[in-house]
Amino acid sequence: MSDVLAITEHRRGELRDVSLEMVSAGRDLADQTGGDLHLAVVSGDVDALADDVNREGADAIHTVEYGEEFNHDVYTQAIEQLYAEVDPQFLLAPNSVNGMDYAPAVAEGLALPLVTDAIDLAYDDGLTVTREEYGGKVETTIDVEEDHAAVTIRPAEWPQAEGTGDAAIEAFDADIDESEIKSTVTGYEEVAGGDVDISEADFLVSIGRGIDEEENLPLIEALVEATDATLSSSRPIVDNGWLPANRQVGQSGKVVTPDVYIAIGISGAVQHVAGMKGADTIVAINTDPNAPIWDLADYGIEDDLFDVVPALIEEFGGEVPDL
Amino acid sequence: MKILVTVKEVAEVEDEFEISGGDIAEQYLEYDLNEWDDYAVEEAVQISEDVDDVEVVTATIGPERAEETIRMALAKGADRAIRVWDDDLEADSYLDVDSKAELLAAVVEEEAPDLVLTGVQAGDEANGATGVTLAEKIGFEWAAVVNQLDLDVEGGVANVHRELEGGVEELTEVESPAVLTIQSGINEPRYASLRGIRQAQSKPLDVKTLGDVGLDASVLESSLNQTDLYEPESEGDATVWSGDAEETAGELAAFLRDKGVVEA
Ligand SMILES: Cc1cc2nc3c(=O)[nH]c(=O)nc-3n(C[C@H](O)[C@H](O)[C@H](O)COP(=O)(O)OP(=O)(O)OC[C@H]3O[C@@H](n4cnc5c(N)ncnc54)[C@H](O)[C@@H]3O)c2cc1C
Repeated sequence: MSDVLAITEHRRGELRDVSLEMVSAGRDLADQTGGDLHLAVVSGDVDALADDVNREGADAIHTVEYGEEFNHDVYTQAIEQLYAEVDPQFLLAPNSVNGMDYAPAVAEGLALPLVTDAIDLAYDDGLTVTREEYGGKVETTIDVEEDHAAVTIRPAEWPQAEGTGDAAIEAFDADIDESEIKSTVTGYEEVAGGDVDISEADFLVSIGRGIDEEENLPLIEALVEATDATLSSSRPIVDNGWLPANRQVGQSGKVVTPDVYIAIGISGAVQHVAGMKGADTIVAINTDPNAPIWDLADYGIEDDLFDVVPALIEEFGGEVPDL
Repeated sequence: MKILVTVKEVAEVEDEFEISGGDIAEQYLEYDLNEWDDYAVEEAVQISEDVDDVEVVTATIGPERAEETIRMALAKGADRAIRVWDDDLEADSYLDVDSKAELLAAVVEEEAPDLVLTGVQAGDEANGATGVTLAEKIGFEWAAVVNQLDLDVEGGVANVHRELEGGVEELTEVESPAVLTIQSGINEPRYASLRGIRQAQSKPLDVKTLGDVGLDASVLESSLNQTDLYEPESEGDATVWSGDAEETAGELAAFLRDKGVVEA
């Protein structure tokens, strides 16, 4: 009863990094509960994927062969049946976009309490999950009173499991009711192409909601011009249509790895951080001393960007536009 | 056709704040319409403008204060609103996803909408799970993180794009009735016009108790307890330049030249 079942994730034939993080998170928890770590691979080339995720720490891998790609109606049925078979204490799924699409349904179907987006798990007679609220400004702990629970795991919080595991790989024969499949994935589309590839840039000046209005964009463009930087942004800037999608840094945007990344008026929400944490040097310009971006920044200015940016433009001999 | 949109009033925390009694002290909070719900309202209103005979109803779990936010959604074009609240809810210290979804399911039962739109997540608690939990409870199909929606009303199908990670979108056909969780950027939420704000004052806003929607306080029972809330210890060791803007900009400029990323 004290086992852990962790669901892995793949896309277009490739295991996603979060799967290896699930192995670490699952191992951690299974060590605390004193049980085994079971992994599940659902859909796709399950044998190849199971080999790939068979890292140190995994005790058993269950494969469900059905369809090529993710379909939440298939996942929901397969995982509920596998859960009944394995009978674990805790079910773990990634807090990825697909995890958000099936984990709540599985938890509801199995009548399990659900805690999402965990950044830490502790077990001592009961499960305590640590998570963030208010865009990362506070942390909370959630105690689970029931023995069993489902938890989704924040991507990139746990290390990726390494080494080669010796888990037994077993095919699980899920009985998928096709009449219950009411959504059909018809394809994929790449977005955010275009002339500029921010993932190639060495120096990014990146702006967020702190710039307030589209009318303030010329100020940033003047800085970009004076420093010969490349302009990128957080999501709200793209959502507002102020910059095209190919400039968005983050989970749903691009991953960038510049030498220097200046985050101007960006709070550092987890989905943004997913795209820029690999920058060599991170500089923050932000008025809020509690913004999570300060956890990552190497250098910073805690001040109003509308004071700092004009001064910076002048430092480089540029012209400050009238706003 | 009827579209139900769940609308949450979320708290935003001021730059400087204090925690008291296991929560952020009230004076440091400002309330607003949840960012993702704003897009969901807009999507519903746009559908009502494109398709004949569409009624847009909003559903909120929240205290009287939330009516300001609800009126904002009405001003943007929703037709009427439902707000669920009573003393039991007021006294509840932690409303978990399951209880919220159960409450909303009771509203869905009464309203029998053809489509339910929710935000992907709420900006404060960020559980990102209420919409899909609700779908499973009411036996609707669903799709999470939708950033494009093309509704085939006759065919009973919602053609959606789901925004996956890394600039990839999934194209999916979802049978309706469905719950769709709406991602920011799917549309351009309108500002409430003065005329809209005036009209919103006379639109129906029904306040219901748990009993009114056929539930009792047992729906609030939860096996999840929020046991602590605190400011995370900063992991950062940033060098923060101090001084006025000229000085700090000077430091940053020198740093960038030193690094060799700027030549000027
Ligand atoms: C499924 C999903 C995927 C997502 N994908 C992405 C993604 O790829 N990329 C992304 O960025 N986001 C993504 N998001 C959104 C993310 O959760 C945040 O909402 C977003 O990153 C916030 O952007 P921001 O930092 O610009 O805005 P905010 O969080 O509003 O921060 C603005 C910051 O500016 C500061 N500020 C304000 N005024 C000034 C001033 N005058 N001077 C200096 N500082 C100032 C404030 O203190 C604040 O810290 C995603 C969300 C979801 C649910």
